[in-house]
Amino acid sequence: MMGSEALLVVEGLRVEANGQTLLSVPSLAIARGEVLALIGPNGAGKSTLLQTLACLRAPAAGTLRFDGQAVDLHTPPLALRRRLAVVFQEPLLFDTTVAENVASGLRLRGVPKTIAREQAALWMERLRISHLAARQARTLSGGEAQRTSLARAFVLAPDLLLLDEPFAALDPPTREALTETFHRLQRQTQVTVLFVTHDRLEALRLGDRVAVMNRGEMLQIGTPEEVFGQPINETVASFVGIETILRGRVESQAEGFAEVRVGSGEHVAAASTLPAGAEVTLCIRPEEVTLLAPTAVSLPSSARNHFPAGVTRILPWGVAFKVHLDCGFPLVAFVTRPSIEILGLREGATVIATFKATAVHVITD
Amino acid sequence: MDLLFTGTKHAFWLLLSGDPEVWRITLLSLWISASATLISLLLGIPLGTFLALNRFPGQRLIISLVNTGMSLPPVVVGLFVTIFLWRSGPLGFLHLLYTPIAMIFAQVIIAAPIVTGLTLAAIQQLNPKLRLQILALGASRAQLVWLLLREARLPLLAAVMAGFGGVISEIGASMMVGGNLLGHTRVLTTATVMETGKGNFDVAIALSVILLLLIFGVNAVLTYTQQRQRPL
Repeated sequence: MMGSEALLVVEGLRVEANGQTLLSVPSLAIARGEVLALIGPNGAGKSTLLQTLACLRAPAAGTLRFDGQAVDLHTPPLALRRRLAVVFQEPLLFDTTVAENVASGLRLRGVPKTIAREQAALWMERLRISHLAARQARTLSGGEAQRTSLARAFVLAPDLLLLDEPFAALDPPTREALTETFHRLQRQTQVTVLFVTHDRLEALRLGDRVAVMNRGEMLQIGTPEEVFGQPINETVASFVGIETILRGRVESQAEGFAEVRVGSGEHVAAASTLPAGAEVTLCIRPEEVTLLAPTAVSLPSSARNHFPAGVTRILPWGVAFKVHLDCGFPLVAFVTRPSIEILGLREGATVIATFKATAVHVITD
Repeated sequence: MDLLFTGTKHAFWLLLSGDPEVWRITLLSLWISASATLISLLLGIPLGTFLALNRFPGQRLIISLVNTGMSLPPVVVGLFVTIFLWRSGPLGFLHLLYTPIAMIFAQVIIAAPIVTGLTLAAIQQLNPKLRLQILALGASRAQLVWLLLREARLPLLAAVMAGFGGVISEIGASMMVGGNLLGHTRVLTTATVMETGKGNFDVAIALSVILLLLIFGVNAVLTYTQQRQRPL
């Protein structure tokens, strides 16, 4: 559960290297107890922002307030750094036992050995690595090492936990298990988290809010529903998994629905009050598109958009399939394996693609 | 071959009989080279760590100088230390020439660049992100340096071995600044050269065997320590 009070507030943050601006964030606040998932492609500046907020990198400009106190980002006090914890993509464990690794942060803070050991044992239990306590860290598997790294961070009871793509290098089952464990522990401890990832599903699953970055700029920040459902521009739309992005012009407007002319002249109905003449970008998520057999006698009444479409490509996509269609404009739909069989989908087949006007997200150009 | 056989036989008799002169030379060798290695560690580890963890103008030049220093010819070191400690030299007033202190001084000049260069390499071979992780764990600057050195302990032990090996086996500098004075500055290498020159091959072989055993003993301890902690 997210508290209303901001734990961390940055303003006018700018990070440079070799005279070039790597990062420019006018303002950002992280509320106490929330998980802010920061997503973006490689090179977006996510890790730079995380390192700056973790006081591991000095910015060229900007102010930071932590727990209401102004922080000098050029010489951050040790006491502040000790209220944070960071987990990187690589576990970066010390060449010693798992137990000593988990206790290492506490020992650096001067916590007596016996107390540090007790605390470490507690968190090894919670991360399910108690049986590995005496093992040398260098002998661990990737998943075990990252569990150790997480335990080393959680044991510090940080006010802010910063994670830099912590599960990115793990195999899918391990990643799934660790994501679940992390989610559970975060909910139990209510620790405030900045979670950097390039996996939008991870962001969707873990984030109370999602922030999208690209080329050193914060493009959008909001609830997962806002960011994934109403991206503010084409870049965000593309990154949050919207497969169909169409440019067009509003031709008419009636009762909150706009008729938008796209591609080679087709008209797409979209829930929008924009006036005729407005230049827009339409975003349609693949899961919002339904495919029907061309012989279907009745079409869903709630879906205003129906297009005869040719199947151009069918790709496996996890447990589903991604079907590329040509409706005069390119359109992508997700379908299940049974649907593929029922509809007899294959490249070159013809179907009817339908989607609701409310499923079309409109961005004003 | 007969010379080698009788020489080796006499060498072991000298060793086993506990010849006081041989023991004195051995202990002096060990003391001078161990002292020089220790001082080199005290100088080289902080300097190598500083060079590895900081960026400043002229750094590459300094690293080049350190790397050059790693292969300094001992006779060149001996020559310059002699000049400096000569009665009319800049440090002549100290009256250190032909003393064990002068020999330690020269050996430090030989070993310190080796320790510095290998420490620099040892720290630089660590994952660069480890430094960030240590700071993120709440380490102070001193704790950061200590943890990095602890993580680099295996290659650092190699630096100790290389530094000690470099000075225990050198002869040029020890001969020039020590003078090979009996009971005062005579060490295993200088004594071996002298005995060989005199044709006393049995004594020379004995001294050589002791030198090899000394080097083997010290390196065996360090190697055991190093390999016991070797990553699997």
